[in-house]
Amino acid sequence: MNLNDMINNTSEWLKGMGPNSDVVISSRIRLARNLDKAVFSHRANKRQAEEVLKILEQAVSRIDYLKKSMVFHLRDLDSIDRQFLVERHLMSLEFAKSSNFKTVVIDERETIAIMINEEDHLRIQVMQSGFNLFEAFNIISQIDNFLGKQVHYAFSPEWGYLTACPTNIGTGMRGSVMLHLPALVMSRQINRVLSAVSKLSFTTRGLYGEGTQASGNFFQISNQVSLGHSEEEILQNLSGLIRQLIEQEHQAREALLAQNRSLLEDRIWRSYGILKSAHIISSQETIELLSMVRLGLDVGTIKDINRGTVNELFILTQPAHLQKIEGRKLNSQERDLKRAELLREKIIKLEKK
Amino acid sequence: MLCDLCNKNQATVHLTEIIDEQMSELHLCEECARKKSIQMEQQFGLADLLAGLAEFAKPEETADAASLKCSNCGLSYKEFKRVGRLGCGECYSSFRKYLSPLLKKIHGATQHVGKFPSKVTVKTKKKLSLAELRMRLHSAIEKEEFEEAARLRDKIRELEKDEPK
Repeated sequence: MNLNDMINNTSEWLKGMGPNSDVVISSRIRLARNLDKAVFSHRANKRQAEEVLKILEQAVSRIDYLKKSMVFHLRDLDSIDRQFLVERHLMSLEFAKSSNFKTVVIDERETIAIMINEEDHLRIQVMQSGFNLFEAFNIISQIDNFLGKQVHYAFSPEWGYLTACPTNIGTGMRGSVMLHLPALVMSRQINRVLSAVSKLSFTTRGLYGEGTQASGNFFQISNQVSLGHSEEEILQNLSGLIRQLIEQEHQAREALLAQNRSLLEDRIWRSYGILKSAHIISSQETIELLSMVRLGLDVGTIKDINRGTVNELFILTQPAHLQKIEGRKLNSQERDLKRAELLREKIIKLEKK
Repeated sequence: MLCDLCNKNQATVHLTEIIDEQMSELHLCEECARKKSIQMEQQFGLADLLAGLAEFAKPEETADAASLKCSNCGLSYKEFKRVGRLGCGECYSSFRKYLSPLLKKIHGATQHVGKFPSKVTVKTKKKLSLAELRMRLHSAIEKEEFEEAARLRDKIRELEKDEPK
């Protein structure tokens, strides 16, 4: 499979399945690892970066899980290709910025992505659909154990895995859960909830991770602290928090339905109507409307549409995806036209089924 | 809320620190926060504030800190404070004295608990496998595979028996 075939595939994490998938979109774990004694990527010269890349590409290629994987050297990817991978959450924005001696290895189901020469020499990521943190951890831990046998990690018994940024030291692990919390947003409870989250030393981010705004009622919650707690404790704490958020969102949904059913249903169907009939639509508006349609599916207002299909529309309507589908560069106005066209087509096709 | 440093402007930057389970908050206006961190922009993550934090953490910084360099990669402590990123794994031992309080500020702890790399001693390996079994147990419960969960639970109990208290 190559990059252009990916567009016809749905990433595993977007399938809309897995535990609590009415609120939880996906669970993701990433580990930061570095080679012992080697200079970290941001300070490495050409020779050093090349050396690290060589060692790690070789080690990664031996991983069983990655027998059928795609290997992308960043220098071979143009800006649309890179953005395409960022939109699919297979590479970080930071990583996509420059192309020197960087490689990303992705498995066919798009659950595993390994970035070489990111901020750390290795950034291993595993994504699962729904609330599946421990499953993701099991996979990533096996990969990590295997790689730890191939290469010498920078590690200290006192401070754990040594990372370029001291915020990642210790386990080097960040667990993130992507949540869809429309009812908490609509009932204006979200700020209270998110401020409680940050007090518990968890962070909230938008759809695309660090430095991005929350949009369309999507929130990514992850652990901030990585030293002093085991992976298990960190994930347990995160899971506990997520379970509470799911519960609160459920309650807010029930309250909305009980108090304002027709108002809510009106909003859901209007959103659906716009998506089905608009001729010019921005990415932001699309996300907001799709968010309402998803809520409609989750509370049973809209039936007969598969959750995975709606999830897929979130990705297909992103700028780089549209340009990949069209096979050429599109400016922002062209994209808004193309996006509306794609949405109309897909939704009409769904209704015919 | 006013900025904790200048007491003039509205605080829009909020830092939560947990030290020895004591939580304290620092509220800064954007101007003061920017002064503390060169790279700070409108949206900034914790990482960008590190340079500033290192300054807050000030242990008696002597001429020693100014001239301190990592023996492995040559990064100076001064440079680390500017960019907030270390140069290599060895920097952690080279700057140990100054990093220890910083790590405590960030994580509220200074001792790693959790996985060890695969290349380690038999004793630590045993600990590792126990931690992994516990993880697999959670995963089995998550997926409602109760038979597997029961099997894992027994295995964990068995291993725990051998563990010196």
